[in-house]
Amino acid sequence: MTLTTEAPGATPAEAPSAIPSFQVTMRLRRFNPESDTEPRWENHTLTMHGTDRVLDALHKIKWEIDGSLTFRRSCAHGICGSDAMRINGRNRLACKTLLKDLPLKKPITVEPIKGLAVQKDLVVDMEPFYAAYKSIMPFLITTGNDPSRERRQSPADRERFDDTTKCILCAACTTSCPVYWSDGQYFGPQAIVGAHRFIFDSRDEGAEQRLEILNDREGVWRCRTTFNCTDACPRGIEVTKAIQEVKQALLFRRV
Amino acid sequence: MQTHQYDVVIVGAGGAGMRAALEAGQRARTAVITKLYPTRSHTGAAQGGMCAALANVEEDNWEWHTFDTVKGGDFLVDQDAAEIMAKEAIDAVLDLEKMGLPFNRTPEGTIDQRRFGGHTRNHGEAAVRRACYSADRTGHMILQTLYQQCLKNDVEFFSEFYVLDILTNDVEGERRTAGVVAYDLASGEIHIFRAKSVVFATGGAGKVYKTTSNAHTLTGDGMAIAYRRGIPLEDMEFFQFHPTGLAGLGILLSEAARGEGAILRNSEGERFMERYAPTLKDLAPRDVVARAMANEVREGRGAGPNKDYVLLDLTHLEPAHIDAKLPDITEFARTYLGIEPYTEPVPVYPTAHYAMGGIPTNVETEVLADNERVLPGMFAAGEVACVSVHGANRLGTNSLLDINVFGRRAGIAAAAFAAKAPWVDLPESPEADTVEMLETLRDRQDGERIADLRRALQETMDANAQVFRSEATLKQALSDIHALRERYSRASVQDKGKRFNTDLLEGLELGFLLDLAEVIVVGALERKESRGGHFREDYQNRDDVNYMRHTMAYRTSNEDGSTGVRLDYKPVVVTRYQPMERKF
Ligand SMILES: Cc1cc2nc3c(=O)[nH]c(=O)nc-3n(C[C@H](O)[C@H](O)[C@H](O)COP(=O)(O)OP(=O)(O)OC[C@H]3O[C@@H](n4cnc5c(N)ncnc54)[C@H](O)[C@@H]3O)c2cc1C
Ligand code: SF4
Ligand code: FES
Repeated sequence: MTLTTEAPGATPAEAPSAIPSFQVTMRLRRFNPESDTEPRWENHTLTMHGTDRVLDALHKIKWEIDGSLTFRRSCAHGICGSDAMRINGRNRLACKTLLKDLPLKKPITVEPIKGLAVQKDLVVDMEPFYAAYKSIMPFLITTGNDPSRERRQSPADRERFDDTTKCILCAACTTSCPVYWSDGQYFGPQAIVGAHRFIFDSRDEGAEQRLEILNDREGVWRCRTTFNCTDACPRGIEVTKAIQEVKQALLFRRV
Repeated sequence: MQTHQYDVVIVGAGGAGMRAALEAGQRARTAVITKLYPTRSHTGAAQGGMCAALANVEEDNWEWHTFDTVKGGDFLVDQDAAEIMAKEAIDAVLDLEKMGLPFNRTPEGTIDQRRFGGHTRNHGEAAVRRACYSADRTGHMILQTLYQQCLKNDVEFFSEFYVLDILTNDVEGERRTAGVVAYDLASGEIHIFRAKSVVFATGGAGKVYKTTSNAHTLTGDGMAIAYRRGIPLEDMEFFQFHPTGLAGLGILLSEAARGEGAILRNSEGERFMERYAPTLKDLAPRDVVARAMANEVREGRGAGPNKDYVLLDLTHLEPAHIDAKLPDITEFARTYLGIEPYTEPVPVYPTAHYAMGGIPTNVETEVLADNERVLPGMFAAGEVACVSVHGANRLGTNSLLDINVFGRRAGIAAAAFAAKAPWVDLPESPEADTVEMLETLRDRQDGERIADLRRALQETMDANAQVFRSEATLKQALSDIHALRERYSRASVQDKGKRFNTDLLEGLELGFLLDLAEVIVVGALERKESRGGHFREDYQNRDDVNYMRHTMAYRTSNEDGSTGVRLDYKPVVVTRYQPMERKF
């Protein structure tokens, strides 16, 4: 909380919190390509507070104990998609996972997301993920001249694809998918979510092209409906449902 | 070291940078350099909307929008620029729709519009529905849509490349742009980008403050880099504090909440904005609302155990309406404070939100070297720039508009310049200064921690240069900044490696923040009046006779190697509207 001018320089007061401070042990998977041959585990025990998140714990380590701890982050409130990690074995955003919601008796494990090459500590190579997204042509495709005003779309048609517009490209879904782990060629759930967002947009005319791409050997049919992706999505997108809808669209068009 | 050559180099891949890239990329060989992957840019955090007088739901026109922008900005707005923005707003929104942006719709299928602070019909009569929106995720949709269009057009990105310097060279006695120096985070390697045109679109600098709605990465790099190379910074003392940050955290709850009917209350349950702004009440401009909130707290009417925040009350709104229009921000309240907005009021307090000032440009987005001249080949757009369309206080929704209108203009202007300008030679050892800056910080052993200094800077800025300022508090801030600057010269980082050394980059970012904090505070000290976001307790009125002018801050170097700030001034462009008292 910020003070105004009555007491310049005074320590700002804490926001009230029902949960007092507590001890937590963070168990981190570390790997420095410049000095390690193998990844290793490292523990830090910290005193944290009521509304602190996993990201706050990582910052505390980086800022007060070991500056070399490396992870991506930017917005710190679940909007930019930078900090998907494997926290206690589940993919989540570090900035959206409150420590108090995790079992604090045991160490909290934090590892990089799986299926993408680890570059340093919690940082993975995002290029294949972005390439998969690009491959499904994630942009509005139309034919003919643009209208002079906006294209019309009814609120119901707008609602049809609302869920998949929320995607922040965090990769939590794709890197929680066992098919993606075992098969480097599979597009992964996010790319299908990205395609869904346009296939079901009443303004778009590119559904055929996208469905053709997704009908590929490495496309939607690889999905085994394990629901890991839906559980992982920090935006609450019904990823598995979106994949099912794309499958149905393919069947429907093809029968 | 690698060297690249492009006609146009755009620095930053937020809304402004990508809107520029879409234009420049069609006309010239273009690269976009960005320290974050494009979709991580903070444009994605914008919530409430983007204004344009489409008149889809009620009578409206761009002239009213211009007037509101000028008045909202407390008459420090350059009126020619505001008029361009309000006029081009309509096409800017329609262009986004044609690119695929999923706006919320009216029953007729047109783009829906809602109310937002300071936007009125007929010069202040009543609130008008002017903000085009997509639930409370408008910025997310803009960022995604622009990124999708960049993919469609095969825009070339250099992601996780930090630009750390601008290159210029003298051509026949005139200073011209030659390119930029960038640092590849993954490898630690330096890359020189030679370019005819450089567009800065690096966003804001909210991390100067502790309580802020801005991302960790918004460290004002572009502003500080330009400033260090002799380009002035305009109106930096004007920083916007958004009224409704989650108390203690600073995470934003959009003004759209109040646009949809939410009400601010003090500990007595009173709707206190009725006292401060009888007509617009909770939808008065942000500076007015933020000060009113801080004043309620100061006078003992704050809520909570420490009486240090006020309450944003949505409990009278239908849960279904909240879910449809404000899903994300209500989730923030649940996730981060454990508050259920359907039934409980949400604790809020002003949070550092937006830099009205920045790199000065003309309406063609050319960067000004001083009051008379531009720096040929250098352009800027978005929050990093100051055109100035926001004056002393930006109206809500006018930044998403600014990045689209002036981002587009920058892309077109940069490509047009590159088409006719000759190549400028790179200066000798273009990388030398950057390498020295990096290596000095990397090699220094056993200094103080960067994080400690940053925290101290942010705390003094929050305590002394926030919603209320006075000579005493600003002097305190300035002496703190000078002491921190001195400690910074002895600070060290712990990560000495090459690859993904974010420790090192955070160290450089702190250097940028320190420079900008000094400019903000020196400008605020010298502006002995209150206007828009800048409120002086010791000079509580606006003083048009002495201060209706833009501040232009230049960096000076002293003989002993220390640096300082020299202030100059620039007239405000007035076309239609003479200054009047602001009443809401
Ligand atoms: C929470 C929140 C809500 C908001 N809501 C609204 C709203 O409803 N309506 C509205 O109009 N405005 C709103 N705003 C303001 C608006 O979102 C921003 O002002 C605007 O998006 C800034 O866009 P930009 O393109 O200038 O910068 P950004 O989107 O911040 O992009 C900056 C880019 O610069 C790059 N960059 C920075 N430094 C470097 C460097 N050294 N080297 C290379 N690249 C670099 C980054 O990687 C990034 O790509 C909001 C702001 C916030 C914080
Ligand atoms: S669908 Fe969800 S989990 Fe997957 S990338 Fe998008 S936001 Fe992340
Ligand atoms: S830091 Fe942006 S999503 Fe977590």
